[in-house]
Amino acid sequence: MNKKLLSNILFYLIVIAIACIVLFPFLWMLVSSFKTQVDIISWPPKFFFTPTLQNYQKVFEEQDFLKYFLNSTIVGVVAVGFSLVLGLPAAYSIARFTQKKLSVFILLARLMPGISFLVPWYIVFSRLNLMDSYLALILSHMLIALPIVVWIMSTYFNTIPREMEESAMVDGATRQYAFFAIILPLSGPGIITATTLSFIFSWNNFMFSQVLSMEKTKTLPIAVYNFLSYAEVDWGGVMAAAVAIMTPAIILTMIFQKYVVKGLTMGAVKG
Amino acid sequence: MSQSSFTERNLHILFPLPAIIFVAMLMVFPVLYTLFLSLTNWNLTSGAPLSFVGLKSYARVLTEPRFLHALTRTFVFTFFAVAIEGVLGVAIALILNRAFVGKSVAKLLLLLPLVATPVAVGIVFNLFFDPTTGLANYILTSVGLPQGLWISSAASVLPSLIIVDVWQWTPMITLIVLAGLAGLSNEPVEAAHVDGASEWQILRYVTIPMLMPVILTAMILRLIDALKTFDIIFAMTGGGPGYASETLNIMAYKYSFEYFRMGQSSVILVVLFLVVFGCSLGIMKLRTSSEI
Repeated sequence: MNKKLLSNILFYLIVIAIACIVLFPFLWMLVSSFKTQVDIISWPPKFFFTPTLQNYQKVFEEQDFLKYFLNSTIVGVVAVGFSLVLGLPAAYSIARFTQKKLSVFILLARLMPGISFLVPWYIVFSRLNLMDSYLALILSHMLIALPIVVWIMSTYFNTIPREMEESAMVDGATRQYAFFAIILPLSGPGIITATTLSFIFSWNNFMFSQVLSMEKTKTLPIAVYNFLSYAEVDWGGVMAAAVAIMTPAIILTMIFQKYVVKGLTMGAVKG
Repeated sequence: MSQSSFTERNLHILFPLPAIIFVAMLMVFPVLYTLFLSLTNWNLTSGAPLSFVGLKSYARVLTEPRFLHALTRTFVFTFFAVAIEGVLGVAIALILNRAFVGKSVAKLLLLLPLVATPVAVGIVFNLFFDPTTGLANYILTSVGLPQGLWISSAASVLPSLIIVDVWQWTPMITLIVLAGLAGLSNEPVEAAHVDGASEWQILRYVTIPMLMPVILTAMILRLIDALKTFDIIFAMTGGGPGYASETLNIMAYKYSFEYFRMGQSSVILVVLFLVVFGCSLGIMKLRTSSEI
């Protein structure tokens, strides 16, 4: 009995240790965002200090973070929306007509290094005067979202029995009608998974926005990064900015926890 | 059944067609264009017209020490990051694979690093690793260890970046393996128990072999992304100090958008793509053979 108790204690110690390691950078970021610059760069590091809101004031008043916030949201929402429009029928087709090659073709976009599209995009978008435009940014983010939508939804459609639309087709409905009227309404959980994940990936994307956006369409990751480029790093400001950028993704994850886990693990476990 | 319409007969083409056109325009065309550029000496800043130089750019880039170092570094970073993530990730999954109070909270915590913005994560670790005021050195000092220079020295920058990658992505392996464990049938384990196998033997000869396809798939996914790691390196070191943390991805970025040597940067991109493709194919072969 004693041995069992001991192993239980050991187990919880390990779990707590893991939780501390996982949480630690988030907590340190949060704590630092309420510190003054002097408190942040003092040695030894301060664990007790007078909290200040000046970093957040700076981020939202001087830096116009609200604008970048809006940019990230616009780009993410529109890119994910169009990816669903393009991706849902494609995923359905891949699932029902077992188009392996097509799925590999679209998933290649996930495999390829993003930077290998960026050089040509940069050249073409410059020629078309589309640098720093929402259009260019949304198109680039769609290439992030579309493979996620196709990957998740083709797996999801496979779990819906074919009889669902076939019985409707026997009754005279067309397949496309069955897709819209029967399959899509059953696909809520899959669509939530695909939407949440691809939005988070778009939200966090740095490289595409770094090259394609400038002042007008700048997204949050770029704004956070730009904090670093000043001569003396304003650590409090960066930490407040980091908190601001991570909070929406974390809230989304908490709300849709089950779906996010499914999306991240589904391909690996099933296929 | 009634005569099916044109739309219905060609649904398998019409449904995916918009997505195909989109991917062709945004991915296939750029890749072909990159291939073409890699055969030229195009330099955006020189203003000289683009001229076709065949494999000359390849000869020049592939023999450059800076490139060879970046190539090696990409492999070293990826190998250690993915190996550590694999071992830790599987170990943590095996530990957590039981019913306990707070399991759902633990799973939520594991998700957080995965959805955290990598650039911001890198910056937070920059503060943590700061040699003069950072918490990392404070912790080392308080347990009596010598302080480190972390990302400020060429010798320790790569291990420091690997620590960040491991922190952020180990949970992905853990979650995938946990999902895999949940899908395993209990019978083989019970049969082994009946036959008198020890816990360790069951783990070694029953559970892990059954999990192998899942573990390998999780590692392929990590491998593909680790080879392409960009955000944390760019935000934390920009490839420095010197070139000490410059991987192929960072080098290609600099050649493209800092030096504007498009021809040479395209060569690096072609190599990077071949590396990603080759490694994924290799592991997929391994996976197929482990499934038997």
